[in-house]
Amino acid sequence: MAEYEIEMLHITKRFPGIIANDDISLRLKKGEIHALLGENGAGKSTLMSVLFGLYQPEEGEIRKRGVKVEIHDPNDANDLGIGMVHQHFKLVECFSVLDNIILGVEPNKAGFLQKKEAREKVLSLSEKYGLRVDPDAIIEDITVGMQQRTEILKMLYRDNEILIFDEPTAVLTPQEIEELMEIMRNLAKEGKSILFISHKLNEIMSVADRCTVLRKGKYIGTVDIKDTTAEGLSAMMVGRDVNFHVEKKPAQPGEVVLDVQNMVVASKSHNNNAVKGVSFKIRKGEIVCIAGIDGNGQTELAYGLSGLEPVKEGVILFNGVDIAHMSIRKRNTSGLSHIPEDRHKHGLVLDYSLENNIVLERYFEPEFTSKAGFLKEQNIRAYAERLIAEYDVRSGQGPVTIARSMSGGNQQKAIVGREIDKNPDLLIAVQPTRGLDVGAIEFIHKQLVALRDAGKAVLLISLELDEVMDVSDRILVMYEGEIVGELDPGTATVEELGLYMAGAKRDEVKS
Amino acid sequence: MKKNLLKSEGFQTFIASLICIVLGLLVGFIVLLFINPAGATEAILAVIKNFFNYSMANLQLKNFGNTLVKTAPLLMCALSVLFCYKVGLFNIGAAGQYVVGTCISLYAALGWGMPWWMCMIFAIVVGGVYGALVGFLKAYCNVNEVISGIMLNWIGLYTTNMILSNVKDVASPYTLHLKDYAPQAVLPTVGLDQFFSGNTYVSLAIPLSILVAVVLKVVLDQTKFGYELKATGYNKHAAKYSGMAEKRNIILTLAIGGALAALGGAMLYLTDYEQWACTQSSVPGMGFNGIAAAFLGGLNPVGTIFASYFIQHITSGGAYVDKTLYSAQISDLISALIIYLCGFVGFMKLAMKKRLSKREEKKGESK
Repeated sequence: MAEYEIEMLHITKRFPGIIANDDISLRLKKGEIHALLGENGAGKSTLMSVLFGLYQPEEGEIRKRGVKVEIHDPNDANDLGIGMVHQHFKLVECFSVLDNIILGVEPNKAGFLQKKEAREKVLSLSEKYGLRVDPDAIIEDITVGMQQRTEILKMLYRDNEILIFDEPTAVLTPQEIEELMEIMRNLAKEGKSILFISHKLNEIMSVADRCTVLRKGKYIGTVDIKDTTAEGLSAMMVGRDVNFHVEKKPAQPGEVVLDVQNMVVASKSHNNNAVKGVSFKIRKGEIVCIAGIDGNGQTELAYGLSGLEPVKEGVILFNGVDIAHMSIRKRNTSGLSHIPEDRHKHGLVLDYSLENNIVLERYFEPEFTSKAGFLKEQNIRAYAERLIAEYDVRSGQGPVTIARSMSGGNQQKAIVGREIDKNPDLLIAVQPTRGLDVGAIEFIHKQLVALRDAGKAVLLISLELDEVMDVSDRILVMYEGEIVGELDPGTATVEELGLYMAGAKRDEVKS
Repeated sequence: MKKNLLKSEGFQTFIASLICIVLGLLVGFIVLLFINPAGATEAILAVIKNFFNYSMANLQLKNFGNTLVKTAPLLMCALSVLFCYKVGLFNIGAAGQYVVGTCISLYAALGWGMPWWMCMIFAIVVGGVYGALVGFLKAYCNVNEVISGIMLNWIGLYTTNMILSNVKDVASPYTLHLKDYAPQAVLPTVGLDQFFSGNTYVSLAIPLSILVAVVLKVVLDQTKFGYELKATGYNKHAAKYSGMAEKRNIILTLAIGGALAALGGAMLYLTDYEQWACTQSSVPGMGFNGIAAAFLGGLNPVGTIFASYFIQHITSGGAYVDKTLYSAQISDLISALIIYLCGFVGFMKLAMKKRLSKREEKKGESK
């Protein structure tokens, strides 16, 4: 029998103007956990899409157990036993776990469902691999972790031998991540081969057997995990040494800038309030971080503070003035900056030029608009050029580049520059590094710390635990719309943080 | 240099518009062939020639003037559609706003004896309010502007019929001739009639409409107001985030759109070239043709000037088709076909861009 379960040999895939995969080879052994590591845009998704039959490569071939195969569409992939857990689950929200698992391969007799045997198969699979699920629970009622286990069972139910996990830990709590790692080890032990796509080095170090690294579409190498370190992998991924730890002096908090009292914000997706009477204070010269799993009211908290959603109840004292019902323009001009969670929805007018985006919150100032209402284009250009230089925003044509054509990292740098250059008393940064590569993350973290050191306050809302632990001076944990704990990143552990985030632990937090 | 020209946005729009025009004429020709092959060539030529169908120079000029008289209101409707479209709103209500503008300007002229400039101001104000109504419904009740626009088109039409019945001719359904009953309200020719062999319908309205187009271009490209409106149109969430008064901008935009279209109505009927038929049971096509003109002009105010003229040219040209060979509606059909294909400008541009980038890719490979 061949040594490798799946071999992708010398795969090259070109798109207009870019080579997404340039002569990449990846060999997956039976029963191993093989990590695929790379920054955004390194070509991981393209390579997996080739394996899944979504793209046809220009060069190279795919072999299964030494035999050359053609994969033209996802059905071919499925026939070859390749299954995938997508980053965003593909589940029917209002169906039960069992219904979701059998979806598409429903056992039936003359069109009538035979759920009984399906249930037995699911139960035996879940027992065999330690995948705890309740087959009759409705998807929308269960936790994200259980939804993910449903996705895994879907692959197993179809007797898939090769399992692809696309950034599976992004949505999980630390405890759930640990559980998932255990499940992956079990699956490998039972002879399944696993491809694990991630850019989180510690997870790769703890679970994978081997790791293939891609950088800018090129194959960098495959290493045995036991022969390498996280630093070594990171250098392979980025091409240089990266400082993971954010350098910063101890915080020197001054007077209170923001004093939130019993703030309530309604939810758009359900009748319940998303933010339920939250109170906290932020002082000058500190970075306060709101930690929590996605969807626990952090987004709405930021909307309430910035004015994008109305505040139902409560008081927001900003420099001693209640801004709870103030217009967005007034908040913006009185010293509040906001790096929005969704840079495409709120942060940028994508069809505007970079320079027009840079003055998005200042175009009306006398520096940029004459008394008669005409824009002062020269001043706008000069201002944009200064910010572009200061924040190292790279783009095709400089200030006149259309924002849509810029990379995510540079779009975000432009927003960060715009918000920080307003010289705010308080910066609300919501997931400022989401989807960015290591270099850009490092840059943005430095900017946040510099702002703090200049005596300004920063409210950081983040889902990334590393970011929470590294950047903040104080951590507030949000769970189901309430602040359930306050932690000191110097003394708290990730495990402790995880317990708060999962709602397993809570304190009375004094504001 | 040549490459740059091909890549420039304006040039691409121009070429795409030309292709659409040619295609429209071609399809029109094919339809004519199906109906009656004998006169098809002549008929399509008649449409293209419009006033050149006359052999005498003075008649040509006079009829060229008539085409221009009707171009001015069309241009105003097109500008109304274009302006709202830049803010992400589809002002199909321009047709109704045009009617309302007609109504108030004629009534101010015949009923109240106002001078022409007062009639125009009335049209602007009432049209603005009528447009703002759509904006208000959109901003505060989240009513789609297309739905409320269409409804208000009909409300406007029947209200107009009702009101203008008070100032109509006793013997016919048409409103009274301004030249006889309200000469103070007839738009001044400002000497333009001399250039069109004494066509006194050629008036101030024509240069005024072109001026409005230029002003709109400046407002959209160079002012704070234009910056805000376009930002709202491209991404209303980002506009809100940056603190722009999004609701106010929606209402203001539709108010301006309404005023533009209504002024268009005044610009036609105050020349006395046409009279309103109080029995009219369908909304005049002027506002709807404005949509086509705006798109054919590549959503650029200056391009729209030429697009409006072209559409009016073929619409007027339709009148010269031989009615013994084709039914009376044929001219409308031909112009409708061309206008319909004019809607494909955006599609044509996309196709051109794709071809261009493909060609470049090939060049890159051969290197």
